Amino acid sequence: MVQSPASSKDFRLWPFVVIAAVIGIAAIGFAYTAGWLSPNRLTPKKLVAGLAPPGGPALGHRRNHAKGICFTGTFEANGEGSALSKAPVFVRGQYPIVGRFNLGTPNPNAEDAMVRTRGLGISITTPDGQVWRSSMINAPIFPVSTPQAFYDLLTASGSKDRDAMKNFIAANPEFLTFLPWAKSDQWTESYAEEPYNSLNSFLFVDESGAKHAIRWSLIPAAQPVSISPGELAKRGPDYLEQEITQRVAAGPQHWNLIVTVANPGDPTADPNKAWPVDRRTVNVGTMTVQQIEPEPDGPCRDINYDPTVLPAGITTSDDPFPAARSAAYSRSYNSRTAEEADYPRTATGAKQ
Amino acid sequence: MIITRTRFAAPQRLLHWLMAVCILSMLFIGVGMVSTITTKYLTLVQIHKPLGIAILVLALIRLAFRLYYGAPALPADLPEPIKLAANLSQYIFYALMISMPLIGWGMLSAAEYPVVLFGGVHLPSILPVSPSLHTLLWNAHHYLAFAFFGVILMHIAAILFHKLVRNDGVFEAMAPGSSHNQPERRD
Repeated sequence: MVQSPASSKDFRLWPFVVIAAVIGIAAIGFAYTAGWLSPNRLTPKKLVAGLAPPGGPALGHRRNHAKGICFTGTFEANGEGSALSKAPVFVRGQYPIVGRFNLGTPNPNAEDAMVRTRGLGISITTPDGQVWRSSMINAPIFPVSTPQAFYDLLTASGSKDRDAMKNFIAANPEFLTFLPWAKSDQWTESYAEEPYNSLNSFLFVDESGAKHAIRWSLIPAAQPVSISPGELAKRGPDYLEQEITQRVAAGPQHWNLIVTVANPGDPTADPNKAWPVDRRTVNVGTMTVQQIEPEPDGPCRDINYDPTVLPAGITTSDDPFPAARSAAYSRSYNSRTAEEADYPRTATGAKQ
Repeated sequence: MIITRTRFAAPQRLLHWLMAVCILSMLFIGVGMVSTITTKYLTLVQIHKPLGIAILVLALIRLAFRLYYGAPALPADLPEPIKLAANLSQYIFYALMISMPLIGWGMLSAAEYPVVLFGGVHLPSILPVSPSLHTLLWNAHHYLAFAFFGVILMHIAAILFHKLVRNDGVFEAMAPGSSHNQPERRD
């Protein structure tokens, strides 16, 4: 019923207290959810800032793996993957790939011989519009076990404190198992001679709904040729990009996509822990790199190789990294696309 | 004889409260997901997209109901500036409820992300891939989300004022429950 409004004579304070309390609680809850009241929360912003060199990030570029070159090619599934995953990408057939070879550095002008970690991003699209993206690196294991440890590694390696790395390793001894690879001088002379590993575990979901914990690797068909970092430095700062361009122009390059299936109890949540070598592997198909394109005009430039962009039939596992990577990649993507003016396309404008 | 409603129609009230839950959840999910790197991030993103599309669909249905049923009149003794603010807020709410999901969808399209709702269910791209378009829409999505939350807080403050201070029937117009306590007034 419509009642007569209260007159100013019977002013009561409590309704205003109630209103202020309701609005205040809602606003505080919102601020807490946004992380404004939790300065210690590891946010995507902090993680991405942790990657930046002392002089700040290279505007317009990826915040990590900033130096790269695009390629196009295909993934030819042999059908073997369908026993493990119902994803259409494993049904026998050929599917287009837009990919990117890259170096694990926030510096787009880094010299090839200064960067141990080489990476590969791929985006495979099936005719029904489903997309599978993956960012892999050539390291056999990840340096640390958790996203927080990765942030601590970034902080320690950028710290002026002489004991920072020592303290970091004391707190994260798993880093020591990564060091032999990182310090090894068995580098290869080509992007085409590298294996690229998912490192993170994912779940393949088959037709029956059963889940299989897996990791995958792209194993090169090209024979690896060792080169020392010193020798690589002599070939020039951008040798890898020149080499892969010439190599692919001379003939397509191939990798086998090998899926490794975990046994029950294998460490699926920790990319620092390799699985025993006797685990079942399935060769699910071949990636062929057919054409190299410079990044500024290339089709890979504006793709976020977020490893959680997955088709139905592949999902994330208990590995905490894909979520952290997705959050950080998104932040990086939003930043670099907003800085487009700092990384203009070349005048040819190959991609509209 | 003119029949003046004192309450919104039952489907309108149902949609209002359903959407209140959805939209508030959506805003909290949105600010929460961009501030965490834990596995909650993926869960929140996976809810955010289909919930956004659900809000878009519900908002369009609600707009149709609004055009069909109209709205009860505001109390006659309400000062003109307040009436204006009340009416304006309705337009702002409809604009935000419809534009926010479309901006989010367009933003994903411009970034070449597949717009996945559930498993294999995905929506078509509605905009060309463009970093500048993505940036424009991302900023719009971001700032409008905070504006949306601000407008909701004002809306809640206003309705509590109507109920607790004026007790003028404005709250009852949208209150849940059957209508037999609030018989339609015939003028």
